[in-house]
Amino acid sequence: MSDLVVPARGFTLWQYWICLRGITWREGLRFLHQRERFVSALVRPLVWLFIFAAGFRQILGVSIIPPYNTYILYEVYVTPGLIAMIQLFNGMQSSLSMVYDREMGNMRMLLVSPFPRWFLLVAKLLASTAVSVLQVYAFMLVAYVWGVDLPPWSWLTVLPALICVGLMLGSLGMLLSSMIKQLENFAGVMNFVIFPMFFASSALYPLWLVQQSSPIVYTICSLNPFTYGIELIRFALYSQVDWVALAVVGVSTVVFMGAAIVAYDPARGMLVRRGGGGP
Amino acid sequence: MNSLAEPLERLPDVVADTPALTVASVSHAYGRHQALDDVSFTVPAGRFTALLGLNGAGKTTLFSLITRLFHTRVGSISVLGHRVDREPGEALRQLGVVFQARTLDLDLSVKDNLLYHASLHGIGGREARARAGRVLARVGLESHARIAARRLSGGEVRRVEIARSLLHEPQLLLLDEPTVGLDVSSKRSIVTHVRALVDDQHVAVLWATHLLDEVDPSDAVVVLHKGRLLAWGLAETIVARTGAADMRGAFVTLTGEAP
Repeated sequence: MSDLVVPARGFTLWQYWICLRGITWREGLRFLHQRERFVSALVRPLVWLFIFAAGFRQILGVSIIPPYNTYILYEVYVTPGLIAMIQLFNGMQSSLSMVYDREMGNMRMLLVSPFPRWFLLVAKLLASTAVSVLQVYAFMLVAYVWGVDLPPWSWLTVLPALICVGLMLGSLGMLLSSMIKQLENFAGVMNFVIFPMFFASSALYPLWLVQQSSPIVYTICSLNPFTYGIELIRFALYSQVDWVALAVVGVSTVVFMGAAIVAYDPARGMLVRRGGGGP
Repeated sequence: MNSLAEPLERLPDVVADTPALTVASVSHAYGRHQALDDVSFTVPAGRFTALLGLNGAGKTTLFSLITRLFHTRVGSISVLGHRVDREPGEALRQLGVVFQARTLDLDLSVKDNLLYHASLHGIGGREARARAGRVLARVGLESHARIAARRLSGGEVRRVEIARSLLHEPQLLLLDEPTVGLDVSSKRSIVTHVRALVDDQHVAVLWATHLLDEVDPSDAVVVLHKGRLLAWGLAETIVARTGAADMRGAFVTLTGEAP
């Protein structure tokens, strides 16, 4: 009987930190191993910046609207939308990664960890957000070289906004991953989540322009949390806070994350309601 | 048959008074399909217990309930006295698990897989690296630490998974069909490794299998069939009680089907 070692109950804060660090480290390693993911994450917004923006600047006039205090080039206007696009795709990519992990069985090893499940999911969300922030900075560097004129302090002031938007879109991705049963169904996410969210937002054109052409689309754009993510970033780039955007992003994050935690709860979650489909 | 569902004699715990695992009146259904029906048994501490059953017996469902991937709605499961539904953290930290599906991250090296697992148990830094080295040596794969997991053979993957399951020094090891799809030599190696763990480190093992040649006469055995517990006790006693010549005969007598 003396051979039986009974460990102390619970975990220390330091052990929580070790767990969070481990999950972030693994997410980072996987990202580095998947170079195509990094390249495609960069190429997508750069195509918009280099090609679409070049065409749109001739046909689309952007008047002086907050946070801008002068006329700006279309490239400057579209940059916050493209930053948010990187984070949107990253959130969905992490959702895809969770579905893949579930199919490959890796997710089980995460979920049988003795740490509270909410903590494991939040840690995974933080890891995914960290990866998305790195991608955004890589994009901002290329945009700067391309001539997109942003205030010097924007690199620093945008960081809190990037973290908030990354958390919101990551938690949305996590919620979606609990609903998607198989990897093959992920194409639906592209059609029904990513594209509508991106196009029905203020990413490509200001909402006042949308309102002039279609009040219905304007209403849809106004209800889209992604719009508020973009505006939060846009204002943060100019050292300002859009409080409404911050509130919407905060509430959306809490709702999406709460729903994801419930969905991954073995007692209440959708994984259980689906019958045999375990994590 | 039902009389064999009671333990023929109380199997002694080798290292503790508390059983490593207690499954009490557990039932689980997927919609109308009853996957487990009023299953009760214990796994003594420090012993090897075989969970015998054909495909569809409910072995994987039971593992999912023990590891809290599924919620136990009917009955209760305790790991070293900790209820899985009430104290999941305390129960799970005593568990090492090798699932039927391969669960290594193929993008990472063997060592990185182990270090990631260590972090999921709150073990980091030097301690994690030292333990990773020890458990790899334990399964004879210390030279494979830097190899990418996707380059391992099927048998090596299993041994790494066993090493990983031991990293946080659990008292109970669950292995779900760990030898399926492996060649004879890999199978033998894995069975030998796990039995050595029981002998040397007094780890309790619940080994789910449908392969009767993996069961020794002195093992504790739980026979599960179509979600129901048909027998639980020492293999040799079950054989004697059923009047069969060996465990294979006993299994056929109990289930009416050949393994």
